[in-house]
Formats: sequence, structure tokens, C-alpha cells
Amino acid sequence: MLEATRCLHCKNPRCVGACPVSIQIPEFIAKVCEGDIRGAAAIIAQDSSLPAVCGRVCPQETQCEGSCILGIKGEAVAIGKLERFVADWCRENPDTDAQAVAVPSNGKKVAVIGSGPAGLACAADLAKWGYDVTIFEALHKAGGVLEYGIPEFRLPKDSVLKGEIAQVRRLGIKIETDVIVGKTITIDRLMDEEGFQAVFIGTGAGLPKFMGIPGENLCGVFSANEFLTRNNLMKAYREDYLTPIHAGKKVCVVGGGNVAMDAARTALRLGAEVHIVYRRTEAELPARKEEVHHAMEEGIIFDMLTNPVEILGDEKGWVKSLKCIRMELGEPDESGRRSPVPVEGSEFEIPTETVIMALGTSPNPLISKTTQGLEITRRGCLVADEQGATTRPGVFAGGDAVTGAATVILAMGAGRTAAKAIDAYLQGK
Amino acid sequence: MYQILRKEMLTPAICRMEVEAPRVASAAQPGQFLIVRADEKGERIPLTISDFNKEKGTVTIVTQRIGASSADIISMEVGDAFADVVGPLGLASEFVEMAPEKLAQQRYMLIAGGVGTAPVYPQAKWLKEHGVPVDVIIGAKTKDLLIYVEEMRGVCDNLFICTDDGSEGFKGMGTNMLEKVVADGHSYTQAVIIGPMIMMKFTTMTCRKLGIPATVSLNTLMVDGTGMCGACRVTVGGKTRFACVEGPEFDGYEVDFDEAMRRQGQYKAEEAAENEHHVCKIGRG
Repeated sequence: MLEATRCLHCKNPRCVGACPVSIQIPEFIAKVCEGDIRGAAAIIAQDSSLPAVCGRVCPQETQCEGSCILGIKGEAVAIGKLERFVADWCRENPDTDAQAVAVPSNGKKVAVIGSGPAGLACAADLAKWGYDVTIFEALHKAGGVLEYGIPEFRLPKDSVLKGEIAQVRRLGIKIETDVIVGKTITIDRLMDEEGFQAVFIGTGAGLPKFMGIPGENLCGVFSANEFLTRNNLMKAYREDYLTPIHAGKKVCVVGGGNVAMDAARTALRLGAEVHIVYRRTEAELPARKEEVHHAMEEGIIFDMLTNPVEILGDEKGWVKSLKCIRMELGEPDESGRRSPVPVEGSEFEIPTETVIMALGTSPNPLISKTTQGLEITRRGCLVADEQGATTRPGVFAGGDAVTGAATVILAMGAGRTAAKAIDAYLQGK
Repeated sequence: MYQILRKEMLTPAICRMEVEAPRVASAAQPGQFLIVRADEKGERIPLTISDFNKEKGTVTIVTQRIGASSADIISMEVGDAFADVVGPLGLASEFVEMAPEKLAQQRYMLIAGGVGTAPVYPQAKWLKEHGVPVDVIIGAKTKDLLIYVEEMRGVCDNLFICTDDGSEGFKGMGTNMLEKVVADGHSYTQAVIIGPMIMMKFTTMTCRKLGIPATVSLNTLMVDGTGMCGACRVTVGGKTRFACVEGPEFDGYEVDFDEAMRRQGQYKAEEAAENEHHVCKIGRG
């Protein structure tokens, strides 16, 4: 509460403008100051359906907190921590009278594909406006990347995520798991046979990338997606769950994003010595500063300016070492980042048992391949306008499926924008 | 959802179940597979679809007891329900999409090994229904391990049985049987081979020798089955392919079977440890 009193309540709050879902930050902080935590939660709930998640995984340092006036001369208000506190407090102290309740249905059915951040945000808004919303999820649990990608130590599943999803269900939203749209059913059938008048595609970016270097199919080479899915969704880290996971004594994680940090910290918890292998320097690591800081603090070794060129195996086909080349930073490329250039003749080997590729992900083509009239870009992303309308009438999209891999909160923002567009589209029908 | 409606043991270690899964049944085609999870703590296990009934909304799966997870599945009884049945996954067999005039020129030989006989059944059935000539070889180690013999007889033109020990049919392996059938004057435009990885490797070699194009169905490791994890990576024609979304059927001539076999055994050490300690808890609440 002391932290909350630091908020200046700027007339022109830059934090709100920097928030992808425009949470009324000064207003909710004012409620916290008054000790009205439930009131604070109600203000957040107008704009965000996943506050306990966002309080934990949003990159506040580049959004709300990054634009806080106090941050110019000192420390920004810890907006993320306050949001997390409000959400956690309300979950632990449920007010049975004031829980979100389903509003009367307007009889219009909307299908939301994918139960990750984009889908949940879109579904929540539509349900609040009276739409009959069904979320179709390919995996056996709802949550998308929040369930399979982000590890327990960063986002507790049973308490936080389950609670947030239960809150969404309370709005009257149906969640049907084990349905792979594009395989189990198509968008055409959902619209023609099951009576859905509009569809939102929030299927994220789930396809792993590999480097295309020799030795990538050796035993002991995994995508970060596989490693994290086994650990998070399938709970392989727990003795009583049957799914196996392999880390071994030493693990090299290739890549420098948040997913690389998550994979590295997971491998560490499975008892391995862990190296992050990244071709640029620490300054260019795309992961959040906070995540890099945690990883270093926990003892993960950062091998910077190092790029794998080959994975070497033993006679049984298992990884033996990662052959790398030293890099140096050259001229800035189009993105403004200095591009890494190999230092000739500097190849060396890092002995390792396991290699985890965390090089980014791209959208899954299962839906675009099976839906008439849905255009994609060369990178496999769905083509959608700023409101989320795709090239097919009645079909909207948002989040990583449109932008390529980005953040939870940007996906939520896109989900909300598309919800507005779907509402306008169906009102006009 | 996903209730077991029928169960029978085809051999002491192989079990057939008919499971309620209307959405999967309505979309299923020959060549595709599904993923089941017995209960909350179980693995996601890819299984081939050995039959489907769109009217009843059921799929038939055949499971062989190998490790802890398959033993859990086999211990389930009629009335029990799977936590999850998801699919159909992968692409349908090539012939399903083939132009009718091309299909009319085909003569298929389907070669089944062990539990791989189950997914051969819907393929033979489809071909027979579409008037395409189809012969089947079923091979097993011994008579007691043969499955789907009577069912198969009804959906193919000629059925050839072989056992390694000669306890039923021709004495020898599927490769020997195939050579004999071809020597006896049968000819084929396409072979489809489904069985253990090692069997598919050697049968493909025989097909190559006999000049018959060979399609194989790869039972790789998988987690999600939708292209997310890449556990199912196989090298086909020098390129990395995902068996879950680009397969499971590939041109056998192009598959790197040795790598596929090594990758299939990636979690052997972890699984051996699990089997030693595993006590089945299904049905005990």
C-alpha cells in the first residue's frame, strides 16, 4: 500500500497509454491506497481478464513502468507488482456475491480458437457483451502458452492460471479441449454446420524453429517447445506423472529470448549445469532484463558471441558436444542491431549431453491450410487488418498467429481489439 | 466423453477398444492417428486408428502392452473413460486423395507386422470399398500373436499369413512372404508397410529389390501431435520432416530408418526406471 501512495496520479497518465490493453492504472492504484482491493480489481477487470498472469509475465519495464514519470529520476511505481497483489488477494479472498456472472445471452454464437492470452481476452469481452462463446483448445488443458510454455516457477499453474481460467468460465464461456481446428473440425464446418456466426483465431505461434545445422536430429536435441511442454503441460518434473523428460548433467540452450531463459532455468531445476549460447552480446539479449537477471543469479552460464555450427554425436547417436564459432559484432543491420560476424578459424567444442533450441516460433499452418479464403504472409502469419479482420468475412484473428511470436499482453490487446470488431460485424448483420 | 464401449484382448498383450469420440470419428480417414491420455497423470500416447464409425461416433484403437502407460490403458475396462482422445492427426493415406482415374490403375499390397496390422485394416477396407485391387500380408512371430486375420479376410482379395516359427501359414518373415507372392506371379503398383520400425526398414529394402514403391507409416515419439514439439522429427530424403503433421506416411525409400530407430528409443532409460517403480493406479480413484 505504501508503494501505491507513490503514484502521482498524473492528469495525462502515460502508463495507461503504454499498456496494450489500457488498464486504468492510476484509478486502480487509488483504490489500493484506500484499501479497497476489490474495487481495484473491478477497475482492472474492465480491461484485463488475466491480471494475476499479466502482473507476473508482462514486460512492465518497457510498458507501464517504463513510461512512469517517477522512473525518469528514480524508481517507477511497481505497477506490475501492485496488479499481481490485487489479483492474488482477490483470488484468495473470494467475494461470493460479486463474482463475475454471465450476462443474458443475445443468442449469437462466436467460436474462439485457442485458449491462450488472445483467445481468453477476446472471449471474455464477447461474453460480457452477451455473446454465446465457445473456446476450442487443441491440447487437453486450457491456457495455451501460459500452460505449456511458461514454467511453474514463473506462473503457478494450479493457483494462478487455474483461478484465472475459472474466472473466465464464470462469464458463461464454454471451453472445449481436445479439438484441433483444422483436423478435428474445420472453420467452414463450425460456421456452416454448428451455427457460429463469427470466428476468432488466436492460435499463437507454436511451431519450433531449428537452425538447419548438421546433427540436429541426434538424440538429446530438443526444441524448447518440446522440453517446456513435457515439463509444464505434462508435468514431467513430478515423480507421479508418467511423461519422461531428459536433461542430463549438462545442457546448452541456444537462443537469448524469454523462452531460452525459461528452458535454461527449467533444466537447472532438473539438476543440470546449464549454458546459454547466444550469438550476440548480453546487451542484445531479447529476453526481459528481469529474466536474464534471474537466470544469472541462479547460476546459468552465459556463453555470448558464440554461434553453433554443428552438433556432434557419439557412436550411439546421442549428442556429445556442440561445435561453435566465436562471433564479433559488425555493422548494424536494418533492425539497427549490430549483426554478429563469425571470427574465422575460431571453432571450438562445448561438451554437452543435451541441446535445446530456443530460436523462436512461427504460426501453425493447420488452420490456414484447411480454411478457404484465409490469406497468410510469407512468414506464415495470418493476414489481418488493425481491427483483426482476416481476408475471410466473419473470421478474425489476433496475437502471435498474426504478428509472429510476441508477448502475452500484446496478444490480449489484439484479442480485445478483435472482440470489438466482431461485435461491430455481428451488430451490422 | 471418451467412454470405452467395447473391449477385447486379441492376444494376452494386445487389446482392442471401441471408444466414444464423436468429433474424431466424424473427421477420421485411413492413415490417420489419434492421441489418448488415460488419466490426469498419464502420457499423451499416439495410437493408430484401426476403425471408425461415423454414425455411432466411435473409434477403434488397438494397444500393445509395452511400458507403464500402455499397461494403464489395457487395464481400463468397459464403462471407464479416457481423460482425452484427440484427433484425427496426420495426413490421410495418399490413395484417399488420389484422382479416380489414377486410382483405377493401382494394385495395392499392404504388409502388416504385429500390432501394425490394426491400422492396415481401415486402409484395406477403404481400397476394397473403392474397388481397388488389394492384397494383404500379415506377419507375426508366432500364431498366438496374429491379429485381425478374419476381419482382414473380408476386406482384401488375397490374404497371406506368415509366422517366423511356421506355427501358422507360411514359415518366414514378411519379406520372405512378399518375395514368394511376387515370384508366384502377383504384381503390385504400390506397397504400404506398417509395423515395427525395423520391419518397415527391411520390408522397404525388399520392395526396392522387387521394384515396388513403398509407403511406410512412422510411429515416432510425439507429445502434442500438432507440430508444436518436434519430437517426431525424421529425416526423409535428406530433409527434416515432422511425422505428426507431414506424415505419418512417407516414401519408405527416402526414410532414414536407423536415425528413426535411435530417436524412438530416446527416453528408454527414463522409461525403464518408470516401469520398475510404476504401480497402476487407474480405477482406484
